[in-house]
Amino acid sequence: MNVLAVEFGNLFGSLSSFLDYTIGGLVFGAIYALIALGYTMVYGVLQLINFAHSEVFMYGTFAVAWTFVFLHGTDSVSQSLGEALPILLVALLAAMLVSAAVALLLERFAYRPLINKNAPKLIALISAIGASFALAEAMGLRDRFAGWVGLDDNLANYVSPEKARDVYSNPVTIQPKDLFDIGGYTVKDIDLVVVFAALAMMVALDQFVRRTKFGRGIRATAQDPEAAALMGVNSTRVVQVTFLIGGLMAGVAATLYMMKIGSTRQNAGFILGVKAFTAAVMGGIGNLRGALLGGLILGMMEAWGSAVFGSEWKDVTAFVLLVLILLVRPSGLLGESLGKARA
Amino acid sequence: MSTTTTPTSAGGTSLVTLGKRWDVIVERYNSQPTIIKALGLAAALVFVYALPLIRPPFFTTDQIDFGGVMFSVAAFALVAVGLNVVIGYAGLLDLGYVGFYCVGAYTTGVLTSYHWSWPFFLALPVAIAVTMVTGVLLGAPTLRVRGDYLAIVTLGFGEIIRICVKNIEWLGASAGIKDIAHPNTIGAAPQPPFDKGGLFEVPRLEWDGLIPSLDTQHKTAVLAFGAADAIPYYWLILTALILVLIGDRLVKASRVGRAWEATREDEDAAELMGVPTFKYKLMAFALGAAIGGLSGSFYASGQSGYISPDSFPLLLSMLFVAAVIVGGSGNRWGAIAGGALVAYLPERFRDFADYRLLIFGLALTVLAVWRPEGLLPPRRTRRAKAAEAEIDALEEGELEGGLA
Repeated sequence: MNVLAVEFGNLFGSLSSFLDYTIGGLVFGAIYALIALGYTMVYGVLQLINFAHSEVFMYGTFAVAWTFVFLHGTDSVSQSLGEALPILLVALLAAMLVSAAVALLLERFAYRPLINKNAPKLIALISAIGASFALAEAMGLRDRFAGWVGLDDNLANYVSPEKARDVYSNPVTIQPKDLFDIGGYTVKDIDLVVVFAALAMMVALDQFVRRTKFGRGIRATAQDPEAAALMGVNSTRVVQVTFLIGGLMAGVAATLYMMKIGSTRQNAGFILGVKAFTAAVMGGIGNLRGALLGGLILGMMEAWGSAVFGSEWKDVTAFVLLVLILLVRPSGLLGESLGKARA
Repeated sequence: MSTTTTPTSAGGTSLVTLGKRWDVIVERYNSQPTIIKALGLAAALVFVYALPLIRPPFFTTDQIDFGGVMFSVAAFALVAVGLNVVIGYAGLLDLGYVGFYCVGAYTTGVLTSYHWSWPFFLALPVAIAVTMVTGVLLGAPTLRVRGDYLAIVTLGFGEIIRICVKNIEWLGASAGIKDIAHPNTIGAAPQPPFDKGGLFEVPRLEWDGLIPSLDTQHKTAVLAFGAADAIPYYWLILTALILVLIGDRLVKASRVGRAWEATREDEDAAELMGVPTFKYKLMAFALGAAIGGLSGSFYASGQSGYISPDSFPLLLSMLFVAAVIVGGSGNRWGAIAGGALVAYLPERFRDFADYRLLIFGLALTVLAVWRPEGLLPPRRTRRAKAAEAEIDALEEGELEGGLA
């Protein structure tokens, strides 16, 4: 293993920069994985691509930044993770609430009418694309809407008039703190928190789906919606819970993303959403553990790809990898199995 | 026995009635004598060609050149017809169609301006061929993947193509390619600044409320392809669209078209019946790609003669798919209607300037929820839906009768 690491080290310049890329990739991979859950759960239950999930995430990132503006004010400062923690926890809560609310609204207005009509899956994709456009644009035009209700200085901090479409930064920049060294590379606390928070959420969700009564309902509906309905599973409720969980996880992902990156904008969700969906497919769509595996592998491969070929080829590496994996394993690394997971 | 034989879903009813209305129009047209049919067709063609000159009130876009809008409407319709072959006929969800559009445009750009200086009409067939080969190369490994996996793989390829043109110096990198050759002007050569050349000039109409008058200030030179007037480009791409439609009709009605339908409905059953599904899927992919390349080639050599990687965002792919599905996947007229709508609506509502994408998004969702089968679904879908409703009604009736 050590020899291999040294070999990689040569390719990347040095071992520490190899680790640097790897950890950076894992951090992004963890965020991809959390967003991927929203795609994979909805796909597992409804077999449709929840295209608007990227906006669920984007609203979460704004919720985080707004919480900081509300509780901290607008003067930009740099704080350590410990100092920012109280507000960060409130922001986490806010992001989860906002993302879950957006996800539920989506379910109610863009999907449920179509599910009730038993419409073709493709049209749900179009409905989702439309909703995604509308949500992203609504965020990009938030200064106009604020203008209608009367824009005062206080509100202007949130909507940034004239610059609503530009990058919106969190006033508090969270300064990473060095924790310990591995092979010349210093592990930072933020990276560790992101990866472990993502892992913890994954384990919790996996247990929820495997062990609880509601989880059994979700699995039953994923396997055979009609039989599940006959056995007394409320399918509308199951779909709602699926969207709710997707939203909550996107909220967590949004908080971690804002911790790591520190700024967002109205189209921040799009490319991240595409990547997360790629991760979900890579691991086997409908499969929770697959989403985690897919996310981490995608993040890492992307980071390595950008190290070896240059950062402009990052996305190409990701998609080529996806194609290669699908050629070898046509239903993803771990296969599709939300329904097949046994308690 | 209960007599309540109402169709089960409201969506089904409206769908069937809309379809019937369309069928009535088609049938009435078909029952006319040949001479009247020919005259009707000719009148319709003249009207469509003259549309940017007639500039019908209310439909005309005020803020932006109507000829240019009509060009992009026709270009979108052409793309939608091509993508309809892939999605509607063969049932392959392609989310990266913009990639083919991009390949067609860049082939034209490289051949006519960036590295060589071929005339446009020589570059056009090469662009189509290159795109078709790209389609086969992309399709061969990916078409073994099924359903939604194909969607994400094609989406990835669309993005790969965009990143490649953005980073490869030989293709102009992020600066793009400018001065792409326009189609050759036929007739007199243009003499700047005022004489546009071409065969002859036609005036357009000006509307004051509902009263038309002849606008002799703005004339369009027929078959003169310059930077000033978009209408000749519209005529060219419309001609291409009509030719593609004729081809589309022939292919759809052939053995190939039936093989696509069988593959789309049930791949395993089709394979068992002796349809080489992979071969036909690849054919649909390549044919769709070729039409996308054709459209991209026209786009590149259009009025501005400029393309850059930013002209081909992934979002455009989503719009293409939206055009096909909103129109009614599988119906070529539906695809045209959808393409026209998706290109036209944002331009028409420039009054709402910044809000137009928001409104477009909402409209897409509302349209999807209100009319799940698309505006003009293919007749087969409507018949299937009607039959289903009938069977449902019968079953319910029987059940109630049995219980009573």
